[in-house]
Amino acid sequence: MDRRKFITNTSATSAFLGLGGLTLGSCSLYKPTKITILHTNDVHSHIDPFPSDHSDFPGLGGLARRATLVDSIRKENPNTLLFDAGDIFQGTPYFNFFGGELEFKLMNMLKYDAATIGNHDFDNGIEGLLAQVPNAKFDLITANYDFSNTALNGYTKPYKTYTLNNIKIGVYGIGIELKGLVTKKLYKETKYLNPFEIAIDIETKLKEEEKCDLIICLSHLGYEYTTEQKPDDITLASKTKYTNLIIGGHTHTFLEKPTIVKNAENREVLVNQVGCFGINLGRVDFYFNGSTNTNANGVSIKV
Amino acid sequence: MNLKITHFVIFTTFGFIASCSNSTQKLTKIEAKQIPINIDYTEIDSINAYIKPYRNRINNVLDSTLAYASHKISKDDGIYNTSAGNLIADIIQKQANPTFKSRTGKTIDFTLLNHGGIRSIISKGPVTARTAYEVMPFENTIVVVELNGKSVLELIQYLIDTKRAHPISGIQVILNKNNTLKTLKIKGKPFDDSKTYFVATSNYLVSGGDNMGFFKDGLNVFELDYKIRNAMIDYFMKVDTLSPMIDKRFYKIK
Repeated sequence: MDRRKFITNTSATSAFLGLGGLTLGSCSLYKPTKITILHTNDVHSHIDPFPSDHSDFPGLGGLARRATLVDSIRKENPNTLLFDAGDIFQGTPYFNFFGGELEFKLMNMLKYDAATIGNHDFDNGIEGLLAQVPNAKFDLITANYDFSNTALNGYTKPYKTYTLNNIKIGVYGIGIELKGLVTKKLYKETKYLNPFEIAIDIETKLKEEEKCDLIICLSHLGYEYTTEQKPDDITLASKTKYTNLIIGGHTHTFLEKPTIVKNAENREVLVNQVGCFGINLGRVDFYFNGSTNTNANGVSIKV
Repeated sequence: MNLKITHFVIFTTFGFIASCSNSTQKLTKIEAKQIPINIDYTEIDSINAYIKPYRNRINNVLDSTLAYASHKISKDDGIYNTSAGNLIADIIQKQANPTFKSRTGKTIDFTLLNHGGIRSIISKGPVTARTAYEVMPFENTIVVVELNGKSVLELIQYLIDTKRAHPISGIQVILNKNNTLKTLKIKGKPFDDSKTYFVATSNYLVSGGDNMGFFKDGLNVFELDYKIRNAMIDYFMKVDTLSPMIDKRFYKIK
């Protein structure tokens, strides 16, 4: 039944009678809902499309085109969220000239909901990032950078929750170790906390305290490291218990399709990354309360 | 009407709490795909219009002529030194010194950069700030390192061993036929191993880039907070013509 009809029916019923039957009946009240998650990573100030004679990405990308695509998806499904997995800054003169102002303002126009912080987002230092925070109407989400001894203290959130059509979505951010990657002078007294421990803490909180139906991690750790012992998204996925989707970045990985990883409780987690420079938009649709031909606990995944 | 609204609020709020505590929202299916942003998607005009003044400002600044190159300047036109390498190293030596001197009272003795750090040729004709971005896209900054005599000799050995035309300025290195050091002069004076020397370079090389390990033994490190690219742009604005040549700063006797 559609929402309008639902409202009419319920308001016609006495409040007290309604309450009486509620606990038992609540499950059946939830109608099928689709939540659409859109994502980018490592856009690196690529605001204009690549020229048509570019050897790697001819004619691809561009903010004004991505806006068209995002708009059409939002029209198709208003229950849509848009995220970025970091390294918004650095890569074209737009950043050198304007320090990230245009990147953030355009992300507002596309109605980004949140982004996590990549290593290159420190390229103008803590102060450079702080200076752009007023230009962002979206949230900067990071759980394992402790900014308490820096000027950024209080300007980021470890996680954020959204409720769309009664589905509660929790989103948290995980960043890469800055030591050795970024000059200390730029990140100053930012403390890097263990990404695995923090991710498990936050997802547990999102599940048990915030009662989220869907949990998403925005990660700038990198997809997978086979030669170095560095935390990556594949390992992160295998250690978590409640995270449904890891939206990755940093390694500029172009995947044929999202990777399915078994988590610590043998449930499936999706790990995705869409390359770099705004060439692609990632889209993941989560269907709730639909009829399913899988078993009682299963989720059918189509990638 | 008011009553109806109240009912609705109570009802849905309660329903919401129930849904949370019982986790009744059941995930049944996931679909994922990647959508290439290609020419099929038209641009939203209002966004393009918003970008335009920023784009124009960049283009105006980047494309206004600052100087002229009298010939093609390349890092591949010589064996031990090249026109592009000499130009860039000379620019750093000249542009960094006033800042360094005002902060420390000392003078830069010589400059060493890396051959790989030069990312583009400079074509004959107008030279713009965009040229500087093409040659030096990185945000590398100028750092001055104080090296003792032993470290300077290691630096020279590095130049001999790598057999690449790493850009240098303020220093002359002449090799014997068998690749041993024949002459080493710094600012025109014979090398003195009891002295310390102030070497201008990039923060990338000081932090271990290109395996220039001798910088690790630096006695002092001075970060000038001056980007190599900005030094180039400042220099282009000062001069009319760029005509760097291959010279005798580094060569092997025949």
